[in-house]
Amino acid sequence: MIPLSHVLILSLILFTLGAAGFIIRRNVITIFMCIELMLNAVNLAFIGFARHRGNLDGQLFVFFVIVVAAAEAAVGLAIIVALYRNRNSLAIDDVDSMKM
Amino acid sequence: MEILLLLMLLPPLAGAALNGIFGRRFSQGLVSAIGCGGSGLAMVFALLAAFTSHLGPDSPPFVHSYFTWIAAGGFHTDFAVYYDRLTLVMTVVVTVVAFLIHLYSRGYMEHEGGYYRFFCYLNLFLFMMLMLVTGASYPVMFVGWEGVGLCSYLLIGFYFPKKSASDAGKKAFIVTRIGDAGFTVGVALLFWTFGTVNFPELFSKVGALPLGDHQQTLTAASLLLFLGAVGKSAQLPLYVWLPDAMEGPTPVSALIHAATMVTAGVYMVARSNVLFAHAPEALKVVAAVGCLTAFFAATIALCQNDLKRMLAYSTISQLGYMFVGCGTAVFASGIFHLMTHACFKALLFLAAGSVMHAMSGQLDMRAMGGLRHKMPTTYWTFLVATLAISGVPGLAGFFSKDEILAAAYNGPLGSPWLYWLATITAGLTAFYMFRGLFLTFCGKSRVDHELEHHVHESGSKMTVPLMILAVFSILAGWVSLPKALGGGEAFDRFLEPVFGASERLLSSSSAIAPHAANDLMLMVASLVAAGLGILIAYWFYLKSTELPDRLASSLSGAYRTLVNKYWVDEFYNWLIVHPVVVGSTRFLWQSVDTGVIDGAVNGSAEATADLGRVLRQMQSGNIRSYAAWVLLGAVGWLGYLLLR
Repeated sequence: MIPLSHVLILSLILFTLGAAGFIIRRNVITIFMCIELMLNAVNLAFIGFARHRGNLDGQLFVFFVIVVAAAEAAVGLAIIVALYRNRNSLAIDDVDSMKM
Repeated sequence: MEILLLLMLLPPLAGAALNGIFGRRFSQGLVSAIGCGGSGLAMVFALLAAFTSHLGPDSPPFVHSYFTWIAAGGFHTDFAVYYDRLTLVMTVVVTVVAFLIHLYSRGYMEHEGGYYRFFCYLNLFLFMMLMLVTGASYPVMFVGWEGVGLCSYLLIGFYFPKKSASDAGKKAFIVTRIGDAGFTVGVALLFWTFGTVNFPELFSKVGALPLGDHQQTLTAASLLLFLGAVGKSAQLPLYVWLPDAMEGPTPVSALIHAATMVTAGVYMVARSNVLFAHAPEALKVVAAVGCLTAFFAATIALCQNDLKRMLAYSTISQLGYMFVGCGTAVFASGIFHLMTHACFKALLFLAAGSVMHAMSGQLDMRAMGGLRHKMPTTYWTFLVATLAISGVPGLAGFFSKDEILAAAYNGPLGSPWLYWLATITAGLTAFYMFRGLFLTFCGKSRVDHELEHHVHESGSKMTVPLMILAVFSILAGWVSLPKALGGGEAFDRFLEPVFGASERLLSSSSAIAPHAANDLMLMVASLVAAGLGILIAYWFYLKSTELPDRLASSLSGAYRTLVNKYWVDEFYNWLIVHPVVVGSTRFLWQSVDTGVIDGAVNGSAEATADLGRVLRQMQSGNIRSYAAWVLLGAVGWLGYLLLR
């Protein structure tokens, strides 16, 4: 049986990778994938806890997260397409018109 | 009876409402018809009420409640009327004088602007004054009390584009406010002690107390009430507003600032006689203040050159007399003088108004003289009033003033010094009134040549009320012949049900035996004083007319003091007005308002702006840096949760 700590460490590594990628990478699609990575790292932690505690609460949450992630993917990809049509670019640093 | 009283109260209110709301569109005739109709109906119903009331010597006062006004916890006040013989006298005096002055105003105000406004205020004043005298509790009385104050303010400032007029209005309002504060505190004290402010319950509760019970409370409450009277009736030290009130139109000076409103204080003290009777110390204060005011104002009147101002000081002086009467516990004499004074002082003012009308607003007596031939009716009526106020036998003022002088000596709380000061004042009164008469109407004309041919007798609209008031000024005194002349003091006996108990209480308890001087002797002394005053005035202003100037220059210190009215106004300015203005400007405005209040508002706005200037550095537009902030925040929060 895999101990909880292994699951959590894996989850931590995945989340850190996602967060670091989110901050470092410039391509919008890569950033988007990093977000998915972070969500799934959390999912993994939920599963690990659910298993450790022996009830289904965590698994239930995972389903919610997957549903939200699916919706987010749909909306997010639509935004990326719209962004590309407007700016002809997928570099995140080009989207900075909200600054003072 | 309750219907009659309601019918007396409502017409002036209706007249004020009609003229106030629609008057601008009405013609002058209609406005004056509504105004005079309102006051005329009030007079008719006041007289009807007087004749049908059938108040016997033992019958209780008629009290009727129209509706509950305030009911809060233990505090209960109805909108109720209280009709006894004192109310009867007051309603009749007020409505008759008011009606005559309404009639006079038709002529006087013809060429002035704001005709409808004038009649609206005048009717509103009459309503408020009637509320004041018929109210059956201190709160209802206070409504009338403040209402007449409001009308007084509005009418003094009637010519409001003139700065002196609007200033005088404000002065009257603010100075009387000092007294009103005392009045409200006094009423609160009465409620706190006796649990009621309605006259019937309060007076029976206090009346049942043995003398000496609740002495301190009652003395304090009486003095506080008297402070209200001091403000309203222009006594020392709050008299300063009344001379300035002469900025208003002359009928207003006659009605409000001579005949009726200023006597409200006297009425209130007389109405509260039960309370004052249980506080003899307070009554002594009343008498002393009244006597000093009478003398003080009479000395100022000696050297006034403005006809209306002289009459104003004379009013203050006569009000002082009324307080002497009340303060020596012969309340009826105060009310008697109130009644006769209302007649002859209204007449004096209206005659002065007639002179002013003829002289195109000129009021300086030094620029008059010889008007007797041009305005005979005004002259004769003014002469009657002057004789009456000077206390010449046979006219109204003689009987009432004499009764007060007798009270000052022989009354339950009388004392010789009150009598002698009041008698000297009577001499001064005779002198300055005849001085005014001689300077205005007799001797050689000193009128400007431009004006000379313009001077004319006023129309019948104005002279008829003068003549009616002149008749009253002669006859009003005869209702109460003094005992010394074989009369029965009928007026005193008439008011016996109202004042009798208080007077008996005080005369039974006064430790000092009455000084018991012969009334006839007192009368002779006051007659000598008045005669001397008249003779000196005759000598000064008709025989050897250079004498006053010589006297003025040889006694220049005293003369300057009197002409400048003892510098009281200047003193009050220095003591109160100036510090308040400077304090408000320097401290409240320039430090508190600009520093603290504006500072707090502007300071918080600037702090927010500064904080925003720092924080907006974070808003770089770079999405990855936002993400880093979010991450940093999450890590920080997590760290806090783990490490706390």
